Amino acid sequence: MRGLLLAAVLVLAGPAFAVQPDEILADPALEARARALSEGLRCPVCQGETIDESNAPIARDMRLVLRERLVAGDSDAEAVAYLTDRYGEFILFRPRATGANLFLWFAAPVLLLSALVGAGLYVRRSRAAERSGPLSEAEEARLAELLKD
Amino acid sequence: MTQRLPISLSGPTVYSPAMITELGHFCLILAFAVAILQASLPLLGAETGRLRWMALGPPLATLQVALIAAAFAALVHAFVTSDFSLKVVYENSHTAKPMIYKVAGTWGNHEGSMLLWVLILALFGACAGWFGSGLPPALRARALSVQAMIGAAFLAFILFTSNPFLRLASPPFDGRDLNPLLQDVGLAFHPPFLYLGYVGLSMAFSFAMAALIEGRVDAAWARWVRPWTLAAWIFLTIGIALGSWWAYYELGWGGFWFWDPVENASLMPWLFAAALLHSAIVVEKREVLKAWTILLAVLAFGFSLIGTFLVRSGVITSVHAFANDPERGVFILMILGVFIGGGLTLFALRADRMQARGAFALVSREGALVLNNILLAVAAFVVFIGTIWPLVAEAAFDRKLSVGAPFFDAAFTPLMVLLAIALPLGAILPWKRGRLTGAARTLVAAALLALAVMALAFAVNSGRSALAPIGILLGVWLVAGACIDLWLRAGRTPSRLTRLPRADWGRGIAHSGLGVTFIGIACLTGWSTEDIRTVKVGESFPLGAYQVVLQAVEEGEGPNYLTTMATMRVLKGGAEVAVLHPEKRVYPVAAMPTTEAAIANGFRDDIYLVLGDAQADGSWAIRSYVKAFANWIWAGSLMMAFGGALSLSDRRLRVGAGARRQPLAQPAE
Repeated sequence: MRGLLLAAVLVLAGPAFAVQPDEILADPALEARARALSEGLRCPVCQGETIDESNAPIARDMRLVLRERLVAGDSDAEAVAYLTDRYGEFILFRPRATGANLFLWFAAPVLLLSALVGAGLYVRRSRAAERSGPLSEAEEARLAELLKD
Repeated sequence: MTQRLPISLSGPTVYSPAMITELGHFCLILAFAVAILQASLPLLGAETGRLRWMALGPPLATLQVALIAAAFAALVHAFVTSDFSLKVVYENSHTAKPMIYKVAGTWGNHEGSMLLWVLILALFGACAGWFGSGLPPALRARALSVQAMIGAAFLAFILFTSNPFLRLASPPFDGRDLNPLLQDVGLAFHPPFLYLGYVGLSMAFSFAMAALIEGRVDAAWARWVRPWTLAAWIFLTIGIALGSWWAYYELGWGGFWFWDPVENASLMPWLFAAALLHSAIVVEKREVLKAWTILLAVLAFGFSLIGTFLVRSGVITSVHAFANDPERGVFILMILGVFIGGGLTLFALRADRMQARGAFALVSREGALVLNNILLAVAAFVVFIGTIWPLVAEAAFDRKLSVGAPFFDAAFTPLMVLLAIALPLGAILPWKRGRLTGAARTLVAAALLALAVMALAFAVNSGRSALAPIGILLGVWLVAGACIDLWLRAGRTPSRLTRLPRADWGRGIAHSGLGVTFIGIACLTGWSTEDIRTVKVGESFPLGAYQVVLQAVEEGEGPNYLTTMATMRVLKGGAEVAVLHPEKRVYPVAAMPTTEAAIANGFRDDIYLVLGDAQADGSWAIRSYVKAFANWIWAGSLMMAFGGALSLSDRRLRVGAGARRQPLAQPAE
């Protein structure tokens, strides 16, 4: 039984963590750039892990490729483009602000602004209503007209 | 261990574990029937004015919770006795598993966790029956019926798609074990707390529905709903903090939040609950914002359901995984549609009846709470859209894309910064009308202190990102602002501080807790250091201000795993600070390796060591971190929860107290 368990250990003991000591670049500035970039790239076969965290072999390959590109003199954008050309925009954890994604990026700011404006109008209207008592329908309409400007 | 036979068909029936399981199954079916009765009779009674039908609500709610509790106990019994004739037990347990994880394994799987979900739902319903005797009978009857409708829907979901009492035709000798990552104390109690929170919001929803059906919301309503929302929010806070703490020490790289869909599913209801418990204050004190508060109650529970759907349907992993096995997902989607759609429709039909009674200036406590609500609701919306956008993009635009931490950091953080800036100012503004300059003058000391501490932080920042100093600025501003608020409430007299109502202390502590969490998050993100290297046994290496020695690496054996354990000494200035034992474990039954980080917890720094693989030259890969201010994140969360609990224990807020003192539609103030 013990032998069996030991065999299981040997088979199962995969790499225990993400970035391996042998991957690290000698130049600390380049390595820091590589780490920062790989924290924003998704491992294609994992459940929502970055290639920086992932233990999957493909994540290791991508980390190595990324470092090769940086060593070869690519800019950050070029190195990432090299990977997205091969794995698609799926690997970007920061979705591009293009096409339909504009909705994703701008929905919340627009919502925030309209909520603030809406709340401001509501407060002003309710104060006006309190000061003058209940408004007639004509007054209500006129008020709405005035508030539009 | 002897193998017990299932019930024999001949001869007298004696005690048998199999019988307990069957009784549990039977109780669950009976609970479904009771829930249907509870969903219809009290509501019909309220509509037709039959008091005796309305009075059936509480006893039916009690019966329902008793039946579900019996079913749940039967399932726990099956896990504890390792009855592998049950499919869920076989798939999620093992005889060698420690007892605590056998018990926790009951809810560590889909079927069992849904059973816990309805148990808590029924428990909340029963509480409304037990403690709600001061409520208007019709309101209580309607709320209990709505609560039972939710219960019946989920009991049907369990019985028809996720039955934990399904048997295997030929029971195996042993089980497949629980995922080793889940065999952990932090995670054993994480789901029950989260569910208490998620499901606690059902009370706010049921009472919102009841109020809409009646077409009336008043201060007594808010005084009844707020404690329940507060309780749910406290549980959610603790549940989220436990989950985040677990991720920090268990996953092996010391992250505390990943913007994972499952985490987001718990954050959205938390944000809405936080908004709701603040807006309920406005309804209670000033009888304005009624319609908005009702809408928040619908949304808070609605997002609990959405969270349940996202987590339980598999839709998050991929649209295709969902399409291939849609039974459960479609069922929850239908429940979701009925309750959120029904809630919003009822709201649209009746909201105009919720007339506000008073007005307030933009700069006032009400105005500040409106701002709080807007920021929290928009923050929840950011989380929501970021979570579902990959699904939308794939389904509608055929784009396979990901939304991760960079998006959420960019879109969520500004809202929290605005919230932190506004909070101390808003908290000291008077009701109805205030002056911003006056509030700002009162808080000058807090602002100066925050700026001074930020300057200190910049002095030690040494070129790292400005994140930590800015987080410290906001955190100190929040804490100092809360202190000044308490000081003013006590009339600037120290002796009166102790006599302040608990609700005031609760508020101060919860708001300070938010500040402490801000400091923790910002410093952990900005000031942590990492070191990855290979080390031979006997060697030492520097880690920030510390020196770490790898003394030994040994093989060992746990109850249901094998381990490779290192012994590492951490020194500072020659003196030993800690001896740590990071491990690599293998759980042979689940066929899964895990890393167990070893952490020396500190007030300021955590030292966090992870053991990696043996290298060809006999050295070991070691990953080590100094995690700055990590514990402040969870300390702050606990302060928030404790502040909430203190507020909950205030006499004025005790569950049902307000409702009892303010009978029927008598509006307060």
